[in-house]
Amino acid sequence: MTIETPPESGAAQPEVIDMRSEKKQARRERLRLLLRRPSFIIGSVILLFWVVCAVFGSAITPYHPLSDFDVSSQRPNAAHWFGTDVLGRDVLSRVMAGARDVLVLAPLAAVLAIITGTVLGLVTGYFRGAVDEIIGRFIEAILSLPAVLLALLVVVAVGNSRPVVIGTIAVLFTPVVTRTIRTAVITESRLDYVESARLRGEGATFIMFREILPNITGVIIVELTVRIAYAVFTVATLSFLGAGIQPPAPDWGLAIADNYGLIQAGQWWPTLFPALAIASLVIAANLIADSIESVVSS
Amino acid sequence: MTAQPSFEPIQPALEVKDLHLAYNVRGIPRAVLRGVDFSVAPGEAYGLVGESGCGKSTTAYAAVRYLPSNGVITGGQINVGGEDVTKMSTSDIRTLRTKHASMVYQDPSGALNPTLKIGRQVVECFTVLGHDKEKARQLARKALDEVRIADPDRVMDRYPHQLSGGMQQRVVIAMALASDPELLILDEPTTGLDATVEAEVLDLIRALRNDHRSAVLLIAHNLGVIRTMCDRVGVMYAGKIVEEGNAVQVFEDPQHPYTVGLLRSLPRHGVRKTERALFSIPGTLPQIGTPLPTCVFVDRCVIADDLCRTEEPPVVDVRDGHFTRCHHVDRLDEIPEPPADDSDRTLDGRIVIKLHQVSKTFKQQRHEVPALVGIDMRLENGETLGLVGESGSGKSTLAKAILGIHAPDEGSTISLDDEALAGLSSARSAAEMGAMQIVFQNPDSALNKMWTVRRILKRTVTKLTGLSGKAADEKVETLAAALRLTPRHLDMRPRQLSGGLKQRVAIARAFAGDPRVVVCDEPTSALDVSVQAAILNLLADLQTQEKTSYLFISHDLGVVRYLADRIAVMYLGRFMEVGTTDQIFNGPHHPYTEALLSAVPSVDGSTAVRIRLHGEIPSPANPPSGCVFHTRCHRFIEGVCDVTEPPIVYVEDNHRMSCHIPLDELRRLQAMDEGTAAQAET
Repeated sequence: MTIETPPESGAAQPEVIDMRSEKKQARRERLRLLLRRPSFIIGSVILLFWVVCAVFGSAITPYHPLSDFDVSSQRPNAAHWFGTDVLGRDVLSRVMAGARDVLVLAPLAAVLAIITGTVLGLVTGYFRGAVDEIIGRFIEAILSLPAVLLALLVVVAVGNSRPVVIGTIAVLFTPVVTRTIRTAVITESRLDYVESARLRGEGATFIMFREILPNITGVIIVELTVRIAYAVFTVATLSFLGAGIQPPAPDWGLAIADNYGLIQAGQWWPTLFPALAIASLVIAANLIADSIESVVSS
Repeated sequence: MTAQPSFEPIQPALEVKDLHLAYNVRGIPRAVLRGVDFSVAPGEAYGLVGESGCGKSTTAYAAVRYLPSNGVITGGQINVGGEDVTKMSTSDIRTLRTKHASMVYQDPSGALNPTLKIGRQVVECFTVLGHDKEKARQLARKALDEVRIADPDRVMDRYPHQLSGGMQQRVVIAMALASDPELLILDEPTTGLDATVEAEVLDLIRALRNDHRSAVLLIAHNLGVIRTMCDRVGVMYAGKIVEEGNAVQVFEDPQHPYTVGLLRSLPRHGVRKTERALFSIPGTLPQIGTPLPTCVFVDRCVIADDLCRTEEPPVVDVRDGHFTRCHHVDRLDEIPEPPADDSDRTLDGRIVIKLHQVSKTFKQQRHEVPALVGIDMRLENGETLGLVGESGSGKSTLAKAILGIHAPDEGSTISLDDEALAGLSSARSAAEMGAMQIVFQNPDSALNKMWTVRRILKRTVTKLTGLSGKAADEKVETLAAALRLTPRHLDMRPRQLSGGLKQRVAIARAFAGDPRVVVCDEPTSALDVSVQAAILNLLADLQTQEKTSYLFISHDLGVVRYLADRIAVMYLGRFMEVGTTDQIFNGPHHPYTEALLSAVPSVDGSTAVRIRLHGEIPSPANPPSGCVFHTRCHRFIEGVCDVTEPPIVYVEDNHRMSCHIPLDELRRLQAMDEGTAAQAET
């Protein structure tokens, strides 16, 4: 039995690799793992398409989504791939331009929910006891209400504007985020480094935000992507119910609301294509969320 | 090839021939096993030892082809009962695992399904073998009875979490033996268990081995366990067996530099820190997959020369069946012994910490659980007090009360330099906090993995000493140097460091505030023996330099004996016996101490008196009447021990215990037992 011995075998592996390159390497490694997942690629391609639509809006749509009027209610044809609606506007152009509102509102709402949820999760998970009990009950109360009804109520009561929609969705999502973060914080708090921080006299704020927070970034990122997917859905629902984005914006939920009555009359295209758009964006966000989760947890 | 003569004519139960195995990491095969050769005869017990990462477990898992998806056998053979496992079909493997080879893993709670009752899981082992339900149930009862479970019917009706670790492991063993396998593989079967429970489980395995005549492949990092359990032993290093032979011979007269190093790094034969430092093998185990020179151990070997790098070491047959792979068997005595210790360890007798009537009662759903009961204790400047006892005896609670993690009950006083301390650390001053620090058992959990070592140390220095800026940086560097960490290590994060280095960072952190007392909570039990030796040496050195006192918690009595000046034996939140290390080890012992001492499987093979504690430590919520130990005591006097609390008896000035049995009687009984034990041996 022989072992092949390359010439440099005598030298032991360098014990330490340069810090910065090590960190960069870890990040690159994670990116590489992500890029190897088909679900991440597919999700990103779909998302990228909608981002491009959102950014360039009417500059790249075949017609102007608001002001180009053609013969109304045309079936999909060579000039209008997705047909035209009752006002004669091009459905394809409106679907493409409709990405803008959702792609601004949904991520902003999700980010806001993540920020408040993380703070609440840290506080409840770290202190436990009475604080946890009180905030916990409050959260349960919010969760026990039908979400859409609650959102409708708020929007109707406060008035309808983009900040209100963002805020409402953020409030709706905060309890769920809080729960997830709280669990992660409890697990972290049991580790000895937290005890040892207390034994050198660190305050609660320092321990929560400097010691524990960096260790739960994986959970937070996963939660964020999941919440964005749900937020897309909720924005569309609110618009559909008339409590979200208002006409004449080319929003998808709004388009469905305006046109679903025509399905029975045989005009399915002004409803189907915006619906597919919503579905594709939600699916894309979920695909990305799933692949990030499996990379983070491995 | 190496079976002892008496086993020779029989076909081996397990035969591993030139086994090569690699794990594919990112598409690149990384060699883990590099030609493993050994065989286990029917009825024989074979032990594999070596540092973690050397391939012991991989070898065992390969024997039943239970490998992760990226594990590939790249060469060689594994024969179980004469059939090559590497060439078996999936269904043959299934038959092999159900009928011929069984495995017992380290963590019994992971081996049992938490949602199914014990009965159902054990019965299943028999129905799989083709027995009908009724018969299987009978056999399951019998199997549980065989592993000395007192009330099988009741246990069968329970869920795994309702059983203690020791009981769970017995159930797992019963399940493993269901098929009466020819080969039983035990992977660290007692590692998570208390020494007293471990002793019972090992006795059980020994007895069952005789009944079933199964061959046993035992993996354990505790060399004492291997010595007491195995006929033969193989020492593994970097995926190769470097030495093999009769267990007693290998442990008494090792013939490979690696084995010599491993054995010398253990505190053996009652060696103390006052006598000499422990040997520690320089360097670390090479990473898996790294190309290795001709002799796998050459980079860490003190007697290696050019020959070792250019030529494969020969297999030297030292004596009948004792092999070693080394060029320089004749030069083993050149491996230097660590020098005798001549540092000045005289204590000045100043008392740093004093505990008076310290109690701690936890409240659980209106129940009161007394975890500490009236502890009196003192710790001198520069002294080490060893704290021993089974888990649940209150060792950690005591440490936490001293550190101010738990506030003790009203009426308890803990004083530092004669100043009474606040109960909770948050109410103590920075100086008081800095004066008392802790080194946790598990360095992975003790260090924030997102922080660099420098940040961890600097923050601690700043908080505890008030230094900042340059002064703090200097202090960090001095600390790092004292713990033999290079400046390079300072800029790394914990996950880039090995276990031993991480523990050094944790120790450095504990020393950041110039502590008077450092609590060491099992600081080496997560580490390999050679790393353990380095850490123990370091702790001993730091103590002489800094005159720090240690409260040293450990289940390893050898380690406690090495490092501790005095020892306190705890049971159910009480001190049963306190004395100097010599007094505790030489006796007369408290019956509980006696049992603890006899439970330890010694690598020296010395015959201790065999006393086995039965059952588990009682719940502190409901402590036994009279002497709390009476329910498990082998010297129990009815009508006395269960009625009155024992008095504190002073054997000598510094040696006290709580026991009803008169000292002279205790001396006589223990001398008698030792006599019979010695007789039984000859």
